[in-house]
Amino acid sequence: MVNDVPLSWFLGLGMIMFCIGTIGVVVRRNPVVVFMCIELMLNAVNLTFLVFARYGIAPGQTLEQATNTAMGGQMAVIFVMAVAAAEVAVGLGIIMAIFRLKNEADVDDMSVLRG
Amino acid sequence: MNYVLPTVEWPTVMPVLIVVVTGILAVFIEMLWPKRNNNVIVGLGLVGLGLAGSSVLKQFGAPDGVTFGDMVVRDQVGLVMQLLLVGICFVAFLFSEGYLREKQIPFAEFYPLALWATAGGMLMVTTTNTLELFLGLEVLSIALYCLAGMSRQESKSEESALKYFLLGAFASAVFLMGIAYLFGATGSLDLNAITSVWPATTPMHHTLILFGVGMTLAGLGFKAALVPFHQWTPDVYQGAPTNVTGFMAAASKVAAFGALLRVLMAAAPLQEFWFPAMFWICILTMTVGNLAAVVQKDVKRILGYSSIANAGYILVAVLSHVKSPDKVGLGSTFYYLLAYSMMTLGAFAVVSLSAKGGKEGTRLQDIHGLWSRAPFAVVCLVVFVASLIGIPPSAGFVGKLFIFNDALAAGLTPLAIVLAVNSVISVYYYLGILQAAFVSEEGAVRNQSAKPGIGLNIAVLVCAFGVFWASFNATWVQKTATGTSVSQAQTVSTTTSPDRMGPSNPE
Repeated sequence: MVNDVPLSWFLGLGMIMFCIGTIGVVVRRNPVVVFMCIELMLNAVNLTFLVFARYGIAPGQTLEQATNTAMGGQMAVIFVMAVAAAEVAVGLGIIMAIFRLKNEADVDDMSVLRG
Repeated sequence: MNYVLPTVEWPTVMPVLIVVVTGILAVFIEMLWPKRNNNVIVGLGLVGLGLAGSSVLKQFGAPDGVTFGDMVVRDQVGLVMQLLLVGICFVAFLFSEGYLREKQIPFAEFYPLALWATAGGMLMVTTTNTLELFLGLEVLSIALYCLAGMSRQESKSEESALKYFLLGAFASAVFLMGIAYLFGATGSLDLNAITSVWPATTPMHHTLILFGVGMTLAGLGFKAALVPFHQWTPDVYQGAPTNVTGFMAAASKVAAFGALLRVLMAAAPLQEFWFPAMFWICILTMTVGNLAAVVQKDVKRILGYSSIANAGYILVAVLSHVKSPDKVGLGSTFYYLLAYSMMTLGAFAVVSLSAKGGKEGTRLQDIHGLWSRAPFAVVCLVVFVASLIGIPPSAGFVGKLFIFNDALAAGLTPLAIVLAVNSVISVYYYLGILQAAFVSEEGAVRNQSAKPGIGLNIAVLVCAFGVFWASFNATWVQKTATGTSVSQAQTVSTTTSPDRMGPSNPE
């Protein structure tokens, strides 16, 4: 049974993934890698949504409400994935456009704008 | 389970639908007759926005409620913000065409993207469902990422798009983590569940909810450019094409504050935990925005920092309302958002005159001599700057006065004082813009600016007239915006326990 693994382990794994993603966004320099780290954060969110949907720890819910809750969490994951795909399309487009202009893409070189 | 489809009140969602469909039609026009002039698309956009605006106006005075299976809320906050967003997009369309041609990036795609961004913002402000809030936020943001990078030959435009995109996606992830935890602790994707669940739960749930609210506020704070999350603002505002900057500065701020307002109102029962944090964020936003603006040399950057400071002023009004909802209404929040949108959009419209022949300089010395070439626009710029400074009789002055009174009434005297001091600091850099515009042409570096087109003249006239009109009809504006018949306490209670419009069926 999946419920043999405590909820906190899943939440912990989600948090660890989220933190790795955050650190990656801060320290990595290649925009594609930065973007991959953001995707990792979104996956952490998806895991969290699914775990909450599975374990249903919200107080005072009837069985039917709990079922609705579970479906809500699973739907949220689908939407997050769809939005992430849309972001990839736009993001890679922007990175391509920069690459055409400069033949390189490094966030440290993005320094035309400052002040 | 016998599931019955919830009935839908179509008039409530009509404004968003009209805006989205107008955007789709605009794309089709561009596909059928590519590379023609964009006047047809602009005209279509203006007509669509006018229709959407009128369908919002029709709902004023209608009772509050929810529809679409609790996904869409109709209340004063939603209606007023929707109207503001539609108006912002309308004015942005008016002056965009001339600017895009001068800048030689006459992509017709600007119009559908701006329309969809508006629709995303309108979704954000008319829902209490966190998932729909997120979707609206993303529709708004993704369209704005594209728009910021619209000037493909300019590395600063691409750079601003990349910065906006990476930080925006990061903020979305943070926001999502927040709503995931709220969902876990309350068992619902609806914000109002926080209010109902909070009193009756264990410390563990309290921790989860607090974490969720904190992350959600951080994500929205990024969109609204509140201070620890503001670093992207000046860069993106400076690099993006000027019409996009104007649209972004106004629309994304209105949408973000609409969402922020809903989250804060839903989280009111736990305000002893987040209020101190928001209090300091508010002080920092006003102060850092203004102090950083003083040393800037670029007009768009100055206006970017000024928009951060203005976000702080609006936050004062929001916090006053959330602290004591029975004493302080939302009137001044609405009023200042209106005033801010008009003066910022107007100022950016005038600045957009510095583009000519595919080139654009927005440093202070680049707008030297604007007075001799476009006197009418500069007169309007004087109005906008006066309003941003807060000189009576302008909407900016009246708005700040309202917020000041609200803060005092809610017992937030420190915020009122910081606001007053910051208004004084801001005089310096705003006057710098005016001074640069009035300098005669004394061998400035690149003395070229476009002749203002008719669209731009109308846009700045509308904004400048609006600034005066709103200041002379301030009480009326406030009353209409907050709903004369509905008292403040009622507005709050209806958002927490909305009546259903149709017989939507939970079974």
